[in-house]
Amino acid sequence: MSIIIKKPTAIQPSEITPKSVYLNRRKFMQQTVAASLLLSLDAALPAWANRSPEPRWSDLKKSPFSTDETVNSHKDITTYNNFYEFGSGKKDPHKNATEFDPQPWSIVVEGECEKKGTYDLEEFIKSSVLEERIYRLRCVEGWSMVIPWVGFSLADMLKKFEPNSKAKYVEFTTLYDKSRMPGQKTRLLHWPYVEGLRIDEAMNELPIMAVGLYGDVLPNQNGAPIRLVVPWKYGFKSIKSIVKIRFTETQPQTTWNRTAPKEYGFYSNVNPDVDHPRWSQKKERVIGRPFWEPKRDTELFNGYAEQVAHLYKGMDLKKYF
Amino acid sequence: MTDLKRNALKNISDRQLLLLIKPSLFILCLLPFILLLIAALTDGLGTNPVETLTHDTGQWALRLLLLTLAVTPLRRLTKLNWLIKLRRMLGLFTFFYALLHLITYIWLDQFFDWSEILLDIPKRPFITIGFISFVLLLPLALTSTKAMQRRLKKRWLTLHKLVYVIPLLVVIHFTWSLKADYSEPFLYASIFIILMLARILYSRKKAPQF
Repeated sequence: MSIIIKKPTAIQPSEITPKSVYLNRRKFMQQTVAASLLLSLDAALPAWANRSPEPRWSDLKKSPFSTDETVNSHKDITTYNNFYEFGSGKKDPHKNATEFDPQPWSIVVEGECEKKGTYDLEEFIKSSVLEERIYRLRCVEGWSMVIPWVGFSLADMLKKFEPNSKAKYVEFTTLYDKSRMPGQKTRLLHWPYVEGLRIDEAMNELPIMAVGLYGDVLPNQNGAPIRLVVPWKYGFKSIKSIVKIRFTETQPQTTWNRTAPKEYGFYSNVNPDVDHPRWSQKKERVIGRPFWEPKRDTELFNGYAEQVAHLYKGMDLKKYF
Repeated sequence: MTDLKRNALKNISDRQLLLLIKPSLFILCLLPFILLLIAALTDGLGTNPVETLTHDTGQWALRLLLLTLAVTPLRRLTKLNWLIKLRRMLGLFTFFYALLHLITYIWLDQFFDWSEILLDIPKRPFITIGFISFVLLLPLALTSTKAMQRRLKKRWLTLHKLVYVIPLLVVIHFTWSLKADYSEPFLYASIFIILMLARILYSRKKAPQF
């Protein structure tokens, strides 16, 4: 099993995609100039539009869990997304999420824990140790990317809420607001989107709450302002734009599982030996590689077996898919 | 439109058909392929090129199949009988795009992993049904020549009735390949139903009245 110990010479994100490209500076300038001319007031701009031309974070803590595989371009990561809240096509979120303003943002914490309440996102970020984590992402559709996230440990955050002994699972919910997320006007999925983890999965060292990408704030189409990243599970488990976290005693009803229970299990661990009923999961198309190259073999737990295999000891992974 | 112009449209000469209409249609039908080829050579197939190639070739095969099926109702509606002479070309282009679709799957998706392909075809219903559709298209393409038409006589017509089944299979193939948004196959299914209804209505009108 190949593992992901990061070398000290790992590539800086800034070396991979020119900053000017990934910041889309021209669009930013046009928007800023147009808005200033029209309104002649900086205050009229949403805070999110006031992005500085420099990435928000530099000197991020590096993580030993980062992979040293080639990172995908900012363009690939931000123009090819499954985010049904902004349309069902993979190019849709990039087009339809431009107007979305994810500030201010707060998260409601409920259920089996001591510190219930509504928390402001910025406070979360201020009180957390932000890291860069370069993770592999494997989509249930059969493609994969390598993504440099900025985020903090999910376990560290959950511990702050002091879950009690009845907290067997953690449930996450995406924002439900048809006026801001136009895809929710359709009935393609049961809105709001819900995902969940078993508590020991959530307390594992790998899952993060991501608030950034390539050293900058998270683009809207990638789940701004805060999303889950669980690298050993299929991408749809990594729920985006989270507004609620609930500790529960029973297994949460997750969205794709509700939509097609025989196709998308609660666990949805990446596993080449458990096929989707309609397609094989043995191989994956690596996004960013030339199209005439063959697909690569998919690894058990997406290559993170060393960190997570023990969570499923004795479990029949074909039954609990 | 004056009567004169209408007559001119109705009675197009074989020469006009041969020199203008057929070559134009040929280029038009080839255009999606040319555009895909240019895109492939200029890094223009998007983030997941194989997905784009698979999807586009499959879509064009289905579109041309429905267009082939639209010729007869359109001819009856407009009384432009020469339209029938374009049907074979549309049918053959359907086969052309279906073949490209299959080649994309065998080459770029499975990379000639024949053992995996042979497992894949019976195991996954949407691939099974897609493969059956292609197998059914094959004899239609092979017997499309005038010589074959003459040789098979009445059996040719029976054989070519397959064209009424294939779109149904293809729409199911398309639907089963998707995750949640079925609006596109629904649109194609609706067009197919309309084209079949047009035939039923016509044959009823033609049938003796009691």
